Order: sequence, then C-alpha cells, then structure tokens
Amino acid sequence: MATAYDNPTKLEVARKDGSAQVVAVENLHKSFGQLNVLNGISLGVSSGETLAVLGRSGTGKSVLLRLIIGLEKPDSGSVRIHGQDIAGQALDRMGEIRKKVGFLFQHAALYDSLTVAGNVAFPLEHHRRDMSRAERGDRVNQLLSEVGMEGGLDKMPSDISGGMQKRVGLARALALEPEILLLDEPTAGLDPISSGEIDDLILKLQHERQMASIVVTHDMHSARTIANRLAILDQGNVVIEGSYEDLQQSEIGFVKEFLKQS
Amino acid sequence: MSGRGSTAVADMNQPLPRPLSYLANSALGVCTGFFEWFGNLGIFSWQVLKAAVTPPYEWRELVRQLDEVGSKSLPLVVLAGSAIGVVLSLEARYSLSRFGAKSMFPVTLVYSVIQVMGPIITGLVVCGRVGAGMGAELASMKVSEQIDAIEASAINPYRLLAATRILACILMLPLLTVAADASGLLTGWFAQSLVEPLSFHQFISTGFSGATFNAFLPPTFKTAVYGLIIGLIGCFQGMKTRGGAEGVGRAATNSVVLGSLFLIMADVVLVKFILVVFH
Repeated sequence: MATAYDNPTKLEVARKDGSAQVVAVENLHKSFGQLNVLNGISLGVSSGETLAVLGRSGTGKSVLLRLIIGLEKPDSGSVRIHGQDIAGQALDRMGEIRKKVGFLFQHAALYDSLTVAGNVAFPLEHHRRDMSRAERGDRVNQLLSEVGMEGGLDKMPSDISGGMQKRVGLARALALEPEILLLDEPTAGLDPISSGEIDDLILKLQHERQMASIVVTHDMHSARTIANRLAILDQGNVVIEGSYEDLQQSEIGFVKEFLKQS
Repeated sequence: MSGRGSTAVADMNQPLPRPLSYLANSALGVCTGFFEWFGNLGIFSWQVLKAAVTPPYEWRELVRQLDEVGSKSLPLVVLAGSAIGVVLSLEARYSLSRFGAKSMFPVTLVYSVIQVMGPIITGLVVCGRVGAGMGAELASMKVSEQIDAIEASAINPYRLLAATRILACILMLPLLTVAADASGLLTGWFAQSLVEPLSFHQFISTGFSGATFNAFLPPTFKTAVYGLIIGLIGCFQGMKTRGGAEGVGRAATNSVVLGSLFLIMADVVLVKFILVVFH
C-alpha cells in the first residue's frame, strides 16, 4: 500500500524553505477553568505535508485543531496561517482565512436538515455566488465522486452510515479548494475496512492537491499510512515529533509505551 | 484587653457555620449567574446586530424563516385569537348587562381585543411555538457541532442563524397580531349575534366609532418588540447551550419560560409608554 513517505520531494523542499510553513503554532496555551489542556505547544506544517497528532484521550488534540481554525481562543501563544496571526481577528475577517482551511469534524457534523448534496453545496452557495446552479451541481457531483459517494445525493445524513458521513464531510471540507486540511479523528468509530478506505482517500487527495494537513487520530496504523510526520502529545505538550522511525528509536518511556499499545 | 482583641480576630477568621456558608455561596452563585447571563446576552446581541447590518445578507434564509415564523404560526394564532374573542364576548356581555351598558359591547370588545388581548396572546402563542422551536433546533445544532461547522465554513452563524430568525420574528409578530385581532373580533361578534342579533356592519361601525390610528397602531406594532424578545432569547438559549440531550431540552424550556416572562414584563413597560406618548 502507498504511504505518504512515497512522495517526499515536495516535503523536503518545504522543510528547506522555512517560509513555506503554512500553519505555525507557537507556544500555545489553553485551559478550561482549572484544567490545563495545552501547555505551550509548538507545531508547524508545510504545504504538501501531512502531520499526524497522536496522544491519549483528553490531551488536547481536538482542542488544538479548534484553536487552529479559530473556534476556540488561546490563552496565550499564536496560531499563524500563511504568516497571519489569527488570534483576535474579527469573525468576518476570520472568514477570509477559514476559506483556505477545510475541516472534517470527528462526527462529520453534517447539517441534518440538508441532503448529502445540500451539505456539499452549502459552502459553495455562500462563497461562490458567481456559480450558476448547474455549475454548482456539477461541482458537487465531482466532489462526491472524488470521495466515492456518487450515489445517494438526495439522502439525508441520518440515512447513511458513519463512514459515508465522513466521506460527505470530507467532500464538504474540500468544496472551497482549501490549502489546509484539518482532520479530526477521520477513522474513529469505523470498521477496519472503512478506515482503510478513508486512509486511501486522504492519501489520494494529498497526492492530487498537495495541501498542508493536520490529522488528529488515535489510530497509529492510519497515522503511519497518511502522515509524513508524527507528533505525540502528553499533558498538553509535544513529547516527540518526527518520522515513525524516529518514534521507534525514542528512549522516552511514554513514547515506548504508546507505540507498544498501538 | 489585647487578649480579648486577639480572640475577636480569631473569631472572625473562623469559617462560617456550614449551613450559613452554603447559603452564602448559593446566593453568590445566583447573583454571579444572573449578571453573567445578562452580560452574555449583551455580547450575543452585539454580535447579532453587527452581523445583521453588514453584508452579505442572508435573504434566502430570511424568507425561509418568515415562512417558518409567520405562515406556520398563523393557524395557531388565529385559533387562539378566535377563542379569546368568544371568551371576551361572553364576559363582556355579562358584565355590561349588569351595569345596563350593553350598547357599549362593540367598543368594549374592539378595544379589549386590539389593545390588550390580541397582542399579548399572539406574543405568548408565538413564544411557545417559535421560541421553543428555535431554542431546540439551534441547541441541537450546537451540540452536534453543526454551528461550529458553519463557522468553520467561513459563514457567520450570527448572521445566518440568529439575525434571520430574530428579524423574521420582528417582522411577523405585528402581522400575526392583526390576524389574531381580526379572528377575535369575528368570533366575538359571532358569539354575540347568536345570543342577540347584531349585524356585522353595525358591530364594526359602533366598535370603531371615534377611534384613531393612535388607539390601534401602537398596540399592534409593539408586538415587534415581543418578536425581538422571542427571537433573541430563543437564539441565545439555543446557540449558547452546553451538554447533550439535556442541554437541548433545557434550551427549549428556557426559551419559552424566559421569553414569556420578558414578554410580559416588556408589556408592562410598553403599555405605560404608549399611554404616555400616544394618548
């Protein structure tokens, strides 16, 4: 099976050129009441690169993604997208930045009052008002075809399986042709075959679109398949960051235990 | 002396007895919650106002909400207005007969329905139907991350979800009130004419004799404020909810309870305002 390591050329170019870092998180702190979730985390991802963020439940992986897209505000630190700090941006100004970011939610978060096609068309209706209805329809069909959901355009989200919901969520996330893709547990709750299909799909999209991606997952197999680089979080900090081989060679107890249990 | 003083200081440092401490903490919690709620409502209102007055405007969603709030509430409002018309007719006829003032029946009914009962009944019925619906729908969207998904899609949820719903309530309440008034007057006249024949023309001409626009327009248009309250409370409770199914239920209940409460309190203020300004 192909993995992200098969296509390292663009990644190497990006790493040499520091300015190519599309998402840069620096010294990020976030707490909810007395609970410190992130304690000065720093991460970055370049164009064409996929970073997998792993860790135990409750270590702030999903919070990190929500901070990157501005759904949560950090206590301190910065999140830069294309060098622009998003902290303190007004909602409408954030909109311009968010158009460059596709987000797949853990439970897909499809709009339950809209059909599958309506969900994918939703961002286009609001941001591509120059598109005719027919053009929008064609684009929706193309996006759903890319994620392997050619049929069932008129079905409601409640009538399709979890795996299909993830595919539709992915198609919706790709609708505005984002430069950055954030995936929150893309394979959680899916059977191994559906997980593998989602991994292949993400890999295919990465090869075709060369986006900067951050994938939050518990699934080490999935992370190895789709990511160029892995980061393990513990107690709100990055314990280790590097390739899977780097992780394997680590002497850190937590990393060893994490790999052993994965 | 110094010994007694140090004893007094030591006494003050003693923790309060447990029931008192519990009461003090509870009272403090209630006060903090009260001000926090109003503070959050103020911030929410400001966000909605900013979103409502800046483009792009969500016309299609507004039309959908006008239908949702207006057309779909119409049967219920007409039914409630009709029932109130019959009740007022029966009560007014009985009370006026006792004082030998039966000739005042049309005026009494017209003024009672249009100035008092029509607006408040419409407000309460719409608050029950629309307020609960908005609270539950938005809360459900919130807990299933659909509102986050809207925001992540670079769409302002305050503009798309809240501003359209609140505006629809503001625009539709006066129209629904007119419908409730009309049905109330019609059934009131009908109930009266069953007991004692009275032509509709005579009922209307007597009822509205000497009436001015000032007598009827302000009570009708004050319901736009009811609409603002219903929409604002419903959207606020829905969009700021926390928790799962329990949060959704709480948002729906609070939307109706708080909406009705604020609506009645607003009525007190608005009645006084109308009396001072328009009479």
